[in-house]
Amino acid sequence: MARTAAAPGVPTTRVGKAAYELDDRFIVAGWLRRTMNKVYPDHWSFLLGEIALYSFVVLLLSGTYLTFFFDASMKEVVYNGSYAPLRGVPMSAAYESTLGLSFDVRGGLFVRQLHHWAALLFVASIIAHLMRIFFTGAFRRPRETNWLIGVTLFVLSLLEGFAGYTIPDDLLSGTGLRIFGTVILSIPVVGTWLFFALFNGDYPGQFVVGRLYIAHVLLVPGILLALIGLHLLILIKQKHSQFPGPGRTEHNVVGNRFFPTFAAKSGGLFFLVFGVCAGLGGLVQINPVWLWGPYNPAQVSSASQPDWYIGFLEGSMRLFPAWEINFPGNYAIPAPFWPTVFLPGVMFTLLALYPMLERKLTRDSASHQLLQRPRDVPVRTSAGAMALTFYLVLVISGGNDVIADKFDISLNAMTWAGRIGLILLPPIVYVITYRICLGLEHHDREVLEHGIETGVIRRLPHGEFIEVHQPLGAVDAHGHGELAYGGAPVPKKMNQVGGARRAIRGFFRPVEDPAQVELEQRAEGYGLSAAEDEGRELTTSGRPSEGGRPSEGGRPQEPRD
Amino acid sequence: MSTPNHPSEAFDENPGTARRLLAPRRHAPGSPVAAALTRRRSKRRRRLTNVAGLFAGLCLMGALYTTIVPGAQAAGDTTTAAGTAEAAGQAIYNRTCISCHGANLEGVPQRGPSLIGVGAASVYFQVHTGRMPLARQGAQAIEKPPVLSDKEIDQLMAYVQAHGGGPTLPSGDLRAGDLAQGGELFRLNCSSCHNFVGEGGALSSGKAAPSLKNADDLTIYTAMLTGPENMPVFGDSQLTPDEKRSIIDYVQTIKAQADPGGAGVGRIGPVSEGLVIWVVGIGVMMFGIFWMGSKA
Repeated sequence: MARTAAAPGVPTTRVGKAAYELDDRFIVAGWLRRTMNKVYPDHWSFLLGEIALYSFVVLLLSGTYLTFFFDASMKEVVYNGSYAPLRGVPMSAAYESTLGLSFDVRGGLFVRQLHHWAALLFVASIIAHLMRIFFTGAFRRPRETNWLIGVTLFVLSLLEGFAGYTIPDDLLSGTGLRIFGTVILSIPVVGTWLFFALFNGDYPGQFVVGRLYIAHVLLVPGILLALIGLHLLILIKQKHSQFPGPGRTEHNVVGNRFFPTFAAKSGGLFFLVFGVCAGLGGLVQINPVWLWGPYNPAQVSSASQPDWYIGFLEGSMRLFPAWEINFPGNYAIPAPFWPTVFLPGVMFTLLALYPMLERKLTRDSASHQLLQRPRDVPVRTSAGAMALTFYLVLVISGGNDVIADKFDISLNAMTWAGRIGLILLPPIVYVITYRICLGLEHHDREVLEHGIETGVIRRLPHGEFIEVHQPLGAVDAHGHGELAYGGAPVPKKMNQVGGARRAIRGFFRPVEDPAQVELEQRAEGYGLSAAEDEGRELTTSGRPSEGGRPSEGGRPQEPRD
Repeated sequence: MSTPNHPSEAFDENPGTARRLLAPRRHAPGSPVAAALTRRRSKRRRRLTNVAGLFAGLCLMGALYTTIVPGAQAAGDTTTAAGTAEAAGQAIYNRTCISCHGANLEGVPQRGPSLIGVGAASVYFQVHTGRMPLARQGAQAIEKPPVLSDKEIDQLMAYVQAHGGGPTLPSGDLRAGDLAQGGELFRLNCSSCHNFVGEGGALSSGKAAPSLKNADDLTIYTAMLTGPENMPVFGDSQLTPDEKRSIIDYVQTIKAQADPGGAGVGRIGPVSEGLVIWVVGIGVMMFGIFWMGSKA
């Protein structure tokens, strides 16, 4: 006993012994220690991708439950379930089982809605994550590969969502499938062959729901899962990028260790995502297929839209003029080809190749671990805003009939506003964003040079009024700050540099007594209040090393006395 | 030059009079003030008599008119109740419809179509939903509270029906039909404009298929029968009366039905769902990650 206890590193507890035995067999201690100790930087925007990851997990869990009850068959059956308005109506087995899921399976409707909301959140958070990566320059070397994987994930998630939207075989999704079919048909040369291969004959046939089902539950999610794993592995290998700040360089990562802080936060975020999806699933109705009715190619409802993430294609289809290019010999490129095949092809190609394009244009092929603030790269930020505007006009136009109806606008006016807006708005947004970026940059420089505006107005002996500025650091002979801009946020308020009373804590209402905080601040000698008590000159730091007189607002000084 | 002052004098006098009528002051009889007051009072009395006389005369004229004029027409026409209703309908027509639909229901180019043969059902739909009388010429008549009373609508219907006939109001239970068949027929015939469950939808150039939310059974039936505005006519040979009743049954059942999945968000599908996920879903998530980020 004594011998064992004396030996260093030998476990004495039950858990410790078990772990020792495990490590003895699998040799995981070193790897586990490295993983647990790995440091992840902390910023709210780094959690956007995690939202996508966790909604994918929610999708896998809820989707598995749905597969127990869904029958992906286009066999015609007559409904005889518990939803009275459809009793006796012929429909496909897929639609019947979806009705069964909604009305006869315990918790079925809730899980269906949870699954659908999670899908919408999945794609929405992918786009939010994509925007974060783009606008902060996180795609630059060495992360181009992960960018490409991310774009692939995005496209696959659109495909996955579309397949899921289609398989209940209701009137809404059937209309979507019909449009999807025409899009495939419009592809020159191979369109017809592709169409017949997918549908195994003419539209709608007997097979397409079964095929989309396998794509939806096996093929695409399998690829998604593999690519997400790869995405994360590459992230761990390359380490997470971080925003510039005190102590942060291209060669370190400042943040929290994976265990326990980061893991706890991520776990919390998972439950938040699950909670949002479950809350929406339980409280807000989504895709009420029983209202849409079974699919019948002879029926089409007004306001038939795809889910929002396909809305941009719907919008481009609605905006594009009916230009059909006819060739001699009975060949034609039908109009849908340009807005629904060519345009998204260009959009996603540009998106995928953007890191290479930017590297080529800026000739910046250096490795970057530090992120950029969007204002510091005005061209990229403006181009991104421009692309986003283009996308938004398309998405809005995808629902233009609903908007026209609800807001009493002419549908023709909506269409033309979309057409004109699609061309005019992006350049306007580019210019505006560019000016905003420059303005923000200039203000950063202004604060670094002249200090923070304190809001204290002084009157000089000769009568002139000046606002007192608080320099952020040492000043030169002219009273100008000597700090260089380091790519990090510049404090612009006195309480960000401890120069004013700190904010009273509490989110909705104060959780501490303001008078008490005031006393604490005075006791600690912080803030303007402390300075007032001592009769000290406001904003003078008192350091003789500063040379200039900050209270003069950094203006060039006449020799005094 | 005194004319411009006149109205202001009248204005000055009237409030004073009213005040004195409400609270008469007492003065000693025989005093100059009392004499002046008596003079004023007799003047006022004269005026009041004049007004009362005029009023009585107008009343008498009105009464004579109402008794004599329809009587004269009824004498030339028939003396039945239907004839009376028709005549009253014509009076309403002449008062509210004639400017656009013409003196003999023949229509006025650029203003309103002929009403010969449109039938009572059309009158019921247009007037009962407040679309007629038209508020203004536009892409489409706007639904509003009805201007005419039910009795007046009945009279107008009788008048229009008497000129060229046309579809009449149905009778019996308008929901006596097959619910599921009604759903199939609704999706086939109606949903392309009115949406899956009658939420309405946009048509071209500012026109729209209205929501069926406020439509009662008879309104839906007469709409199908007469095809108002851009709506096609679904005559009895296209949709039999039984099929029409099935459709009404379906529409009203679905409208009354609760949303089992929670808030219906307009029952218009992906557009409102997309709005919800971005505003509520992403909104709450952003709130959450800001909060987590601030706990660094």
